[in-house]
Amino acid sequence: MKRLLSGNEAVARGAWEANILVAAGYPGTPSTEILENFGPMPGIYAEWCPNEKVALDVAVGAAYAGVRSMAVMKHVGLNVASDTFFYAAITGVESGLVIVVADDPGMHSSQGEQDTRRYCKFARVPCLEPADSQEAKDMVAAALELSEQFETPVLLRMATRISHSYSSVELGPERTLEPRPEKPTYEVNTGRYVMVPANARRRHPIMEERLQQIADWANGWSGNRVEMGDTSLGIITAGAAYQYAREVFPNASFLKLGMVYPLPARQIAEFAAQVERLIVVEELDPVLEEEIKLQGIACEGKSIFPLVGELSVETVRESAIRAGLLPASARPQQVALQMPALPPRPPVLCPGCPHRGVFVTLRKLKVVVNGDIGCYTLGSLAPLTSLHTCGCMGASIGVAHGVNKAGIQQKNVAVIGDSTFFHSGIPALLNVAYNGSSTITIILDNRTTAMTGHQQHPGTGYTLQMQPAKQVELEPVVRALGIEHVYTVDPYDLERLEVVLREAMDRDEPSVVIARRECALLPSVRKQYTPLRIDANKCIACGSCRRVGCPAIHKSEEVYAKTGRPKSEIDPLLCTGCEICAQICPVNAILFRSQLDAQPEEKA
Amino acid sequence: MTRNDLTTNFLLTGVGGQGTLLAADVVGLVGIQLNLDVKKSEVHGMAQRGGSVVSHVRWGERVDSPLIAAGEVDYLIAFEQLEALRYASLVRPGGIVLVNDYRIAPVSVSSGNDVYPDPAAEEQAYGDSLQRFLVPAIEIAQRMGQARVNNIVMLGALSHFLPAPVEVWLEVISGRVPERTIALNRDAFAAGRAYMQK
Repeated sequence: MKRLLSGNEAVARGAWEANILVAAGYPGTPSTEILENFGPMPGIYAEWCPNEKVALDVAVGAAYAGVRSMAVMKHVGLNVASDTFFYAAITGVESGLVIVVADDPGMHSSQGEQDTRRYCKFARVPCLEPADSQEAKDMVAAALELSEQFETPVLLRMATRISHSYSSVELGPERTLEPRPEKPTYEVNTGRYVMVPANARRRHPIMEERLQQIADWANGWSGNRVEMGDTSLGIITAGAAYQYAREVFPNASFLKLGMVYPLPARQIAEFAAQVERLIVVEELDPVLEEEIKLQGIACEGKSIFPLVGELSVETVRESAIRAGLLPASARPQQVALQMPALPPRPPVLCPGCPHRGVFVTLRKLKVVVNGDIGCYTLGSLAPLTSLHTCGCMGASIGVAHGVNKAGIQQKNVAVIGDSTFFHSGIPALLNVAYNGSSTITIILDNRTTAMTGHQQHPGTGYTLQMQPAKQVELEPVVRALGIEHVYTVDPYDLERLEVVLREAMDRDEPSVVIARRECALLPSVRKQYTPLRIDANKCIACGSCRRVGCPAIHKSEEVYAKTGRPKSEIDPLLCTGCEICAQICPVNAILFRSQLDAQPEEKA
Repeated sequence: MTRNDLTTNFLLTGVGGQGTLLAADVVGLVGIQLNLDVKKSEVHGMAQRGGSVVSHVRWGERVDSPLIAAGEVDYLIAFEQLEALRYASLVRPGGIVLVNDYRIAPVSVSSGNDVYPDPAAEEQAYGDSLQRFLVPAIEIAQRMGQARVNNIVMLGALSHFLPAPVEVWLEVISGRVPERTIALNRDAFAAGRAYMQK
């Protein structure tokens, strides 16, 4: 039976068919849906962890204890988990361990486009890379077999275009394994699993030798395949790049790699000998190209194709035309349109977003804002422009503390989401308390991991499978870390928010402001939407409401006679009724919900 | 040259939250029902937060790239007028552009820094090189009592141009929307199709 599955769905299905028992991860685009898909699957235990390092430790533990396991994260998540990644490569594993890492070429939703294949060479971990959903599913089983045969973790490298593209998949047989009822004895193996120097010194040569064996084995692996065509051009490629190259060069010869580290040297040499011109088409870094050149084989790669950004049929084709590999006539005919200037439409904080109240207030208070990773990073965009630094998960609090210690004129705050605070904000806040700075940490507690699509976390009270769980409350955690001044406010209440922030700013000691209000996209909140309305007779066209940056507010065709400027209007299809604009309006022209209720016949 | 002539390429564009991804799902599944090779691609995450959303769907005997190259889009289905303009140059000469008669001002426009293209400029942009159809999908959907199904109205309009039987579309849609809204969505599809056939 053929099914249309995304790469992420296919990985989850592959894990299920291949009898994986334990899976763990932290949400991160484009990897999130893999773990989400385990939710309803019988027989797999899957969990959201506070961060990727914890998740990888969990998967390693399960593999040490003799079951097949999987850890899932986005590329920058592996930075967080890298300490574990390296020790797991040295100890190796008993049962299959697959680490799924999704890269984001083009940075659709990331702060960088680092190439995870580099990590594999660094840590001596073999790396498989699928080119469509079928391969994504099948490579989970292949990775597990490889992992068990050579007692090593195996990395499955996904990319946005593989994770979020759908293609047809022939499903395999259903899983055969049930959770272990017999509870086997844990086999102690101190020499292997305790990485004190004496043991690590013994393990290092084993790891190097293992890599050589895998490279040799890869020469005969069916996942590395030759598709011979016209021998005037030979192309070595992998992943999404293979699909673009296939489309641009339908008649060329291909060596399509399924294992991108280590490389099958013999197979590459044989292929190279059969073609006249050898090129490498790969996304991001010249990882394959460098390895092939180290082998002493001449090839062209990044001298033709871009190193930066995501590849596409166009970029591969244009690069090939420039390099003389294709005639200019290979370009499809395109229409020439007389296009007016098009305003960009970057992502914005949604209508009703509780973060908006915080950013509107921070803008007013003119403080320096150290941001973090989440929807609230969008507070940096016009017209809010009230987020001034953002580097990676958990960075906000440490950076704010550093700015504070450096001594500046303005007040300086950190903003961090609830999920991000649990992820890596806790040690940083502990540092603020311990080393004492007057840093104000604002925890934007929208009760979910919003950016990646509403995943559960330690503060939501539910597990990945939506079972009730211990709900960790922020206030006691923050107090236990040593913070004495803790405020909880509703970010829809602008007046109270400002009073609290001003009070915190007057202190010489650290404080935490928890701005608590559910994400406006949660289904329970959607049910309560009540679109507001602007009384056009009262509107003085000052534009204050439009400067809160809400997509539901736009210019009206009606003009205010005194100034000739356009009045404002609210789109009832978009407005949630959060009332932030109504609190900002200087002439009370925006009706509050209570006022709408009083005039139901005029309700929009 | 590089393109299999049996391939049909659909580009669906809109603003995050409009139901663009659901519509693309339906187009992809219809292709599967027709026993074609199908690839579909979209971007999630940050782009979904009220930003410009684009989904590629390709039907064919064999489809390689999950993305459609510029100049190879056969059908552009846009759920918002500015998002139609943004991608119109990717459509092949003579290709079909279905535009929802609906505008959402980007925040840069409502805050006064940018200008939304006026209807005359829009008209001029398409010229004679593309076949553009403006579909009042919001109005049609609102008449049925639920503006949100405007995406399905648009699919009904699209179906007019394709050989796939109506029953296949309806079966796929019914399997893809909440059960209590099946009848509404079927009606929305029929209304969109009827509008195009007038």
